[in-house]
Amino acid sequence: MRVALFLTCVNDTLYPDTGRAVVKLLTRLGVEVDFPMAQTCCGQAHYNTGYRHEAEPMARHFSDVFRGYEAIVTPSGSCAAMVRELYPRLGARARAEGRGNTLERMLAPVVPKTYELTEFLVDVLGVTDVGAYYPHRVTYHPTCHGLRSLGLGDRPRRLLRAVKGLELVELPGAEECCGFGGTFAVKNSDVSAAMGVDKVRNAESTGAQVLCAGDNSCLMHIGGTMTRLGTGMRPVHIARILASTEEEPAV
Amino acid sequence: MSSRERILGRVRRALADVPQDDTPYAQAVCRDYLRQHGDHGAEETVDLLAENLVDYRAVVHRCAAGELPGLIAHLLGERGSQSVLVPPGLDESWLADTDVKRVADLPDSTPHELDRIDSVITGCALAVAETGTLVLDGSPDQGRRRISLIPDHHICVVRVPEQVVSSIPQALERLAPGRPLTWISGPSATSDIELDRVEGVHGPRTLEVVLVSG
Amino acid sequence: MSATYLGMPGFPPPSHPAFPSFPQAAREAVRDETLRGNLRHATHTIRAKRAGAVAELADWAALREAGKQIKDHTLRHLDRYLEQVEEAVTAAGGTVHWAVDAQEANRIVAGLVRATGETEVVKVKSMATQEIGLNEALEAEGIRAYETDLAELIVQLGKDRPSHILVPAIHRNRGEIRDIFRSQMSAWGRPAPEGLTDAPAELAEAARLHLREKFLRARVGVSGANFVVAETGTLVVVESEGNGRMCLTLPETLISVVGIEKVVPTWRDLEVFLQTLPRSSTAERMNPYTSMWTGTADEDGPSTFHLVLLDNGRTDTLADEVGRQALRCIRCSACLNVCPVYERVGGHAYGSVYPGPIGAILSPQLRGTASEIDASLPYASSLCGACYEVCPVAIDIPEVLVHLRERVVQGGPVTRGGNRVVLQPAKGHAAERAAMRVARWALTHPGVLRGGQRLASRTRRFHPRSLPGPGRAWTGTRDLPAVPAEPFRDWWQRTHGDGEGSE
Repeated sequence: MRVALFLTCVNDTLYPDTGRAVVKLLTRLGVEVDFPMAQTCCGQAHYNTGYRHEAEPMARHFSDVFRGYEAIVTPSGSCAAMVRELYPRLGARARAEGRGNTLERMLAPVVPKTYELTEFLVDVLGVTDVGAYYPHRVTYHPTCHGLRSLGLGDRPRRLLRAVKGLELVELPGAEECCGFGGTFAVKNSDVSAAMGVDKVRNAESTGAQVLCAGDNSCLMHIGGTMTRLGTGMRPVHIARILASTEEEPAV
Repeated sequence: MSSRERILGRVRRALADVPQDDTPYAQAVCRDYLRQHGDHGAEETVDLLAENLVDYRAVVHRCAAGELPGLIAHLLGERGSQSVLVPPGLDESWLADTDVKRVADLPDSTPHELDRIDSVITGCALAVAETGTLVLDGSPDQGRRRISLIPDHHICVVRVPEQVVSSIPQALERLAPGRPLTWISGPSATSDIELDRVEGVHGPRTLEVVLVSG
Repeated sequence: MSATYLGMPGFPPPSHPAFPSFPQAAREAVRDETLRGNLRHATHTIRAKRAGAVAELADWAALREAGKQIKDHTLRHLDRYLEQVEEAVTAAGGTVHWAVDAQEANRIVAGLVRATGETEVVKVKSMATQEIGLNEALEAEGIRAYETDLAELIVQLGKDRPSHILVPAIHRNRGEIRDIFRSQMSAWGRPAPEGLTDAPAELAEAARLHLREKFLRARVGVSGANFVVAETGTLVVVESEGNGRMCLTLPETLISVVGIEKVVPTWRDLEVFLQTLPRSSTAERMNPYTSMWTGTADEDGPSTFHLVLLDNGRTDTLADEVGRQALRCIRCSACLNVCPVYERVGGHAYGSVYPGPIGAILSPQLRGTASEIDASLPYASSLCGACYEVCPVAIDIPEVLVHLRERVVQGGPVTRGGNRVVLQPAKGHAAERAAMRVARWALTHPGVLRGGQRLASRTRRFHPRSLPGPGRAWTGTRDLPAVPAEPFRDWWQRTHGDGEGSE
């Protein structure tokens, strides 16, 4: 199976360790991973901020880079949702504006084969025990796009429960948004911060050492709030936990 | 141009994208929702009605037809009612055992006059088990809408099982839209203080439902 | 923008400087500990209950889909259904009026009240009459309007603004309500009972006593409607307290002001909404009282019935193929109760009678995006999607929010006051627009992206913990992540560099 890693621009730039974890994990599971160097960004920030027309060339670029692969895997629920849910909408809007179905046709091939990481593991590879070892107390925050746009359901928790040494504790108010919301975090920073503080307080109440999620942008917001509040907790991407083994444990 | 023409014109211009041969009403709505929830027998449906009425703080009594006059007399006595409002077509026998003063609802009875009456007794058009709802349609045994509203104590008699339907879809099928309808689910209540339900605002604060069989 | 906005109770028009942008209003609200406590308590109470009430129905998804389809179909043929409503209501003894905007609706209602010779009316809670500022318009004509819904009464007595669709006084806790009743009831009629405590049952009792005299003497009632059935001309009002029944049945004259989007085609359609609305709004299997009436009935209820059909921006909203789904709304307020943003700022920050997620897509469509508040509302969301998930008519609120953001920053064709116009991009977003364009250029050129990443990595020691200017919006409350020594793509190239997929 020819699988492409779509790491996302945020992870590529700020969280390379997440990318390395995905490569390590998929390789361990026998998947041949490629990282197309021409990849950039799915265009979500542009689209969601109201710059749909600016997002279109980025979507076209994405399709150019990835359409030849059998599967596209990304460690980001929100970027996966952009491709799966919003690329078809980009195409439909272009058609409604009298621009024909060129964009729609161009984007169509990448839509069904783009997977969020946990979805790829459970649905495509059919595994829940990935042979990981992570001896920590962990609470899981389901990010909004993974939860409500992609419908990841209990896939991430099933994967985490199978991790050796890991104690999974339920996060109160888990399904509530952390307050990141892309440009919302700066356009409505007061509300965003208030939501972030509540999320961190809920996480603290679990006694977990680690808050885990499948989106580094949300973790950037939650983690930034954690250090500002001086909590002892750490934000960790789920890929790093699943990649961790007894031989090569992640910190 | 009249406002009517202006609004209708705006609507038509706004809908320029809707094709002439748009899906007709009959095909536009997929009605694969349930006609009723669960498959209950007649008796179970009555039990469900009673359960849901109680859940929303109605007081439920059950009796056989022959016991109804006695039960009504008992309920009015227990309440200490001095007067009871009677719809024009109420079965006279229901009040055979009580000597509480009967007051007829006359066309020119004022709301203030009705406000001085302690209780009201009505029948109903039907009851909905799944939601614990009574529906009054202004038939002679139920009277005008105001009489089941102003007195603080409402006794509503439901003939079971024939007047009980399971669900809202079944209720609507049996009701006549042209009649003034009042759907009642428990005594009046409000969620306006901290989004928590409290019983007892403007409608009758005590709702007693008598399920009569036979 | 040619449309004039008449305002709502005690409200300045939205373009007025007193109506700050959403982020500005939210900043104040977020710091109000009492407000946040009240909202948190109320919204969390109802959330769990709603989930339970919905879970009771195995066919919820099918009901939701049917509700959506009924409303969509109606909207797509609204002209036909409105004519049908007019015909049916008239045949049943009612009189139908058409109002293009708020002023016209207010003029019609005031004229109808004056014609009865009365100087007071009792009102059952209605979003449409709040939207048009009917109470103030009547006051100006010497007619006093008494709100009779408990929460509306709290708002009216407290000279306050509504902050929730269903529970306009949600921002008040029981102690505050007791204080308002104690100090204000006497000015409006029967004073609060001696020794009134903050027990909800006592507060409800105080409202019962205070309003009873008004109900019993009222000769004119004013209402809205939850549904109007086109085939029969039946109006439906869903309520809890019995104040609706009082207003709908005791007066001699009843005037109902109803938005044109409230129409459903058939009697049967009610079987969907009477299941989804109560469970979505108050989390009940069924609300205590629902009234249905068709024109006038012999000796039962008002002898005169007027229906005022209101446009006031609805046809403009209908003209937008993406935005028109907002007109499916049945005003249940489930989206408010579940919204994390609403929970933290309350309804006042939305600068409209329609707060919360639905307000954020409805107000900028009904009123246009010209004012500061209306241009900021589409951004009053983290796009978490909780609102869409609970909406009983499946309004994709995030989709419409993003669509309206586009309208704000990129402009484009819209309909205002029935006319097709082309909006210019909003002024405040010029810098952002330029930045977005640069970002798009960089992000469609991998080499440029890589250059930027490397620059960031090499200068990482010099990155400040706090940012100046707009960056402060982030670092004011959160630390920045550390920039890594090298981006992923450099590591990949070092370790897997000769494979395919390279640049």
